[in-house]
Amino acid sequence: MLTLYTRRRIANVVGLLVSILAMGFGLFWLCWILWTLLSHGLPALTPMVFTHMTPPPGSDGGLLNAIMGTMIMSVLGTLIGTPIGILAGTYLAEFGQRGWLAPVTRFINDILLSAPSIVIGLFVYEIYVVHVKHFSGWAGALALAIIVIPIVIRTTENMLRLVPNTLREAAAALGAPQWKIINFVTLRAARAGIITGVMLAIARISGETAPLLFTALNNQFWSSDINQPLANLPVVIFQFAMSPYEDWQKLAWAGALLITLSVLTLNILARVLFRQSATTH
Amino acid sequence: MNSTFLHQARLKRQIWLDMLFRGMTRLSAFGVLALLIAIIFSLVVGSLPAIKAFGLGFLTSSEWNPVTDEYGALVPIVGTLVTSAIALLIAIPVSFGIAIFLTELSPRILRRPLGIAVELLAGIPSIIYGMWGLFIFAPFFADHFEPWINDHIGTLPLIGPFFSGPPMGIGILTAGIILAIMVIPFIASVMRDVFDVVPPMLKESAYGVGATTWEVVWKIVLPYTRIGVVGGIMLGLGRALGETMAVTFVIGNAHELTKSLLMPGNSISSALANEFTEADGELYTASLIELGLILFFITFVVLSLARFMLYKLGKREGQST
Repeated sequence: MLTLYTRRRIANVVGLLVSILAMGFGLFWLCWILWTLLSHGLPALTPMVFTHMTPPPGSDGGLLNAIMGTMIMSVLGTLIGTPIGILAGTYLAEFGQRGWLAPVTRFINDILLSAPSIVIGLFVYEIYVVHVKHFSGWAGALALAIIVIPIVIRTTENMLRLVPNTLREAAAALGAPQWKIINFVTLRAARAGIITGVMLAIARISGETAPLLFTALNNQFWSSDINQPLANLPVVIFQFAMSPYEDWQKLAWAGALLITLSVLTLNILARVLFRQSATTH
Repeated sequence: MNSTFLHQARLKRQIWLDMLFRGMTRLSAFGVLALLIAIIFSLVVGSLPAIKAFGLGFLTSSEWNPVTDEYGALVPIVGTLVTSAIALLIAIPVSFGIAIFLTELSPRILRRPLGIAVELLAGIPSIIYGMWGLFIFAPFFADHFEPWINDHIGTLPLIGPFFSGPPMGIGILTAGIILAIMVIPFIASVMRDVFDVVPPMLKESAYGVGATTWEVVWKIVLPYTRIGVVGGIMLGLGRALGETMAVTFVIGNAHELTKSLLMPGNSISSALANEFTEADGELYTASLIELGLILFFITFVVLSLARFMLYKLGKREGQST
């Protein structure tokens, strides 16, 4: 017969062991996936990957056009999405104390933040691709911008809220109008945090596949015409990985390693940057 | 005289600029609202032909035949719900364990790097999970686990039929497991954040009267954060429901309703990813868009509930401090 005390201690030890196991379980997948990427991706990552176009099956080639396309669309998506996101985030943090618009926007934004990205692809297809009647890089950039906006809104609002009110009051006491206070004092004080948010947004969109399937589609050849279907890494990886050709699958691994490395680097950079600025303030 | 006039003109300009700036931010905020309405509206318009042709029967028909132009959403809907359910079944206890480890057990030095590691798991693009699932996990699962599942769980009464089938590696169960790995970091990081909300005073009082760590977690932390924990789970569910690439690679894309979880199936998002660009014919495209609309509706409801619960917890936190 166990005493109550022993039973409680056993329950404690078992519970804690299980939670340690859970932590190990989580790390196990991370390690396994990263290991797989490195072991399959590194051998495939030849200089040709960066200098040649995506090949037809059976011949050599690289991912140059896909890398370019992804960069073009990520940059455009960020350029379109960031200003809107910062403005809307500013509204929520600085002007949204009264009225119905701010709480409603905040709620909807939180939903858009985790809305299925494939639906966003469908949406852009419906409003843009259907009307111009061809897939294009612009449509892809638009879809990515729609993903960027909620992320930037969220971080902008959070970061502006961290700015102490005394700073705003000090500027107002000097007679600065509100647009100057926000643009030159509060937004500037929150700059590091907002940049972190933008970087996280870039990290998110550079790996997004689903919204590009119906918008940018793919292009086997070199194209810098944004008005045409544009090759991009995620869709190329998808097509090549699903194909039966071994050299295509190899390229897919190389692309997968590239994307993961850049996404993880961006993630870590954003965090380091934010922590540095947080400690200097 | 002249200088006051100048002064007033300058003031007027600033007031005007203030209004302009405020208007711009307001317009952007309004844009988010308009975006949501536009998404719903365009999806409804796009799926009108299918809604007209099939009506409510679309939701209950398991027919999916491009040749005869007959479409029903039952198979993808069931696939989406079942894979997400499997994912949550695995992810909830694991995320709970991770969150406890990170908030209560981990040595201080490890807390940050481990937290970042979990967040990195969330940062990996979903297509990577899909590829890894297809090339590495599915064969491994087929060789080492599915025969065992067939022999041991598949022979049980009641639940047996769900777990017997050819060990192909690809199928609904595999998709559910990959989804679980994907949503674990989301749920775990929300849980960790809400566990941090618990006032230290409460926990210390419990320790003070002699509670063990496990009892503190189970009887103090969890009841206090229950709403937030459920909110986090719903957030993970929202992710799982809408996840596309990770599922598309491993679910097998078969429009058949099967009892066995080891058989290939289909989910809404993978049906869209696989078929949309190749769909010809108005009704085919419209049916796929209606699938998207259904997916958006389901995730909208789930995410709204999640946010509602997290807000509630946030409010309580505001009151207690």
